[in-house]
Amino acid sequence: MKVLLTLLRRDLAQLLLGGRRGGATLPVLFFLAVAMLYPFAVGPDAPVLARTGGGMLWVAALLAAILPLDRLIEPDLELGLFDQWAMRGIAEEAVVAMRVLAHWLSFGPPLMLAALPAAALVGIDGASLRTVELGLLVGTPGLAALGVTVAALTAGLRGGAALGGMLVIPLAVPLLVFGAGSLATGGESGLALCGAVSLVLLAIAPFAGGAAIRAGRG
Amino acid sequence: MQVCSLAANDLACRRGDRLLFRGLSLRLHGGEALRLVGSNGIGKSSLIRILAGLMPAYAGSVERDGAVALLDERPALDPHLPLGKALGFWQRIDGPEDNQAARLGLAELIDVPVRYLSTGQKKRAALARMIGQRAPVWLLDEPLNGLDARGVALVEELAAEHCRGGGICVIASHQSFAMTGLERLELHSFAPSPEREGEL
Repeated sequence: MKVLLTLLRRDLAQLLLGGRRGGATLPVLFFLAVAMLYPFAVGPDAPVLARTGGGMLWVAALLAAILPLDRLIEPDLELGLFDQWAMRGIAEEAVVAMRVLAHWLSFGPPLMLAALPAAALVGIDGASLRTVELGLLVGTPGLAALGVTVAALTAGLRGGAALGGMLVIPLAVPLLVFGAGSLATGGESGLALCGAVSLVLLAIAPFAGGAAIRAGRG
Repeated sequence: MQVCSLAANDLACRRGDRLLFRGLSLRLHGGEALRLVGSNGIGKSSLIRILAGLMPAYAGSVERDGAVALLDERPALDPHLPLGKALGFWQRIDGPEDNQAARLGLAELIDVPVRYLSTGQKKRAALARMIGQRAPVWLLDEPLNGLDARGVALVEELAAEHCRGGGICVIASHQSFAMTGLERLELHSFAPSPEREGEL
């Protein structure tokens, strides 16, 4: 347990505060930039912006989650940290689980905060904003799990970062469909399904990611 | 130190479609040290990784009794952190260490970010990390690379001390390693003969 907390602390220092790698600011800035540019592209038609803004925020959140992909697993693999953890009997699954948690903490809550000014920029109403926030709350853990899994799968490959992005997008479609879909129906069923997809991804991630790291050795 | 042993039975190692060695067996008990000798690409590092359990053997098995520590070319220390903090991460996992930093000549480097350290200094830092693990079995892959004469003598002394304390050392190195009771394992004698390579 103490070891897990030590791992989490290091992961948070790297991912949230950034070390030297940008931390949580890059996804948030990207997310806000999309929200800021969207009205320029669509035009100052308030009803259209309000109707489509929620979906746009979802797309922006999904793409923002892809940005830190290449620094989730690869740097530690190159530094030999995963080998050293293995020598100490710390399972790859445990390391990956902590990494998912740290990755989520470093972009999920910041994006939920950034969604407030972003929603104001496109002028979506309170009820929709609430649905977006709840959707992000249940959807971003799934995005984090997916991101870490794909980062583990593509770590060490040439062009791994680009390949990782390409892998995340189709696999994240269910989250987007249910998460953004809940805006149109205004109902809880979309959020529940989005949460269900999230839970499945969270359950798979440590094992798939751990297996990928072990398979990449040698 | 706890009782430890390291044994390999009939190991074979394959990289891609090349068989590096086969039929390799070894058995080490506490207090023994072994140096792996052979030219580049003969499979010294691969053997170390197989013994560490990080790489599956193509054939054969490895039995480990006791914790294993690995020192290879990667120091496994965060490059942007000051050395003290980077080592501190491992101390929180392995437990506090008994002032190895001073002995390894790292005391005045504690505040220097790891990425500014020279090759030899990084090697010393990696040694401090490995010693802090307090594992009875040491696997050292090129432990002398980048070290100056004093550093080399220090590593030899540390390895000898470790073995006197009942530990095991396996050392893969090109440079000569001065240590009493150090046995040699020539990997050449386990390489498949060229004409038979195609059959395997």
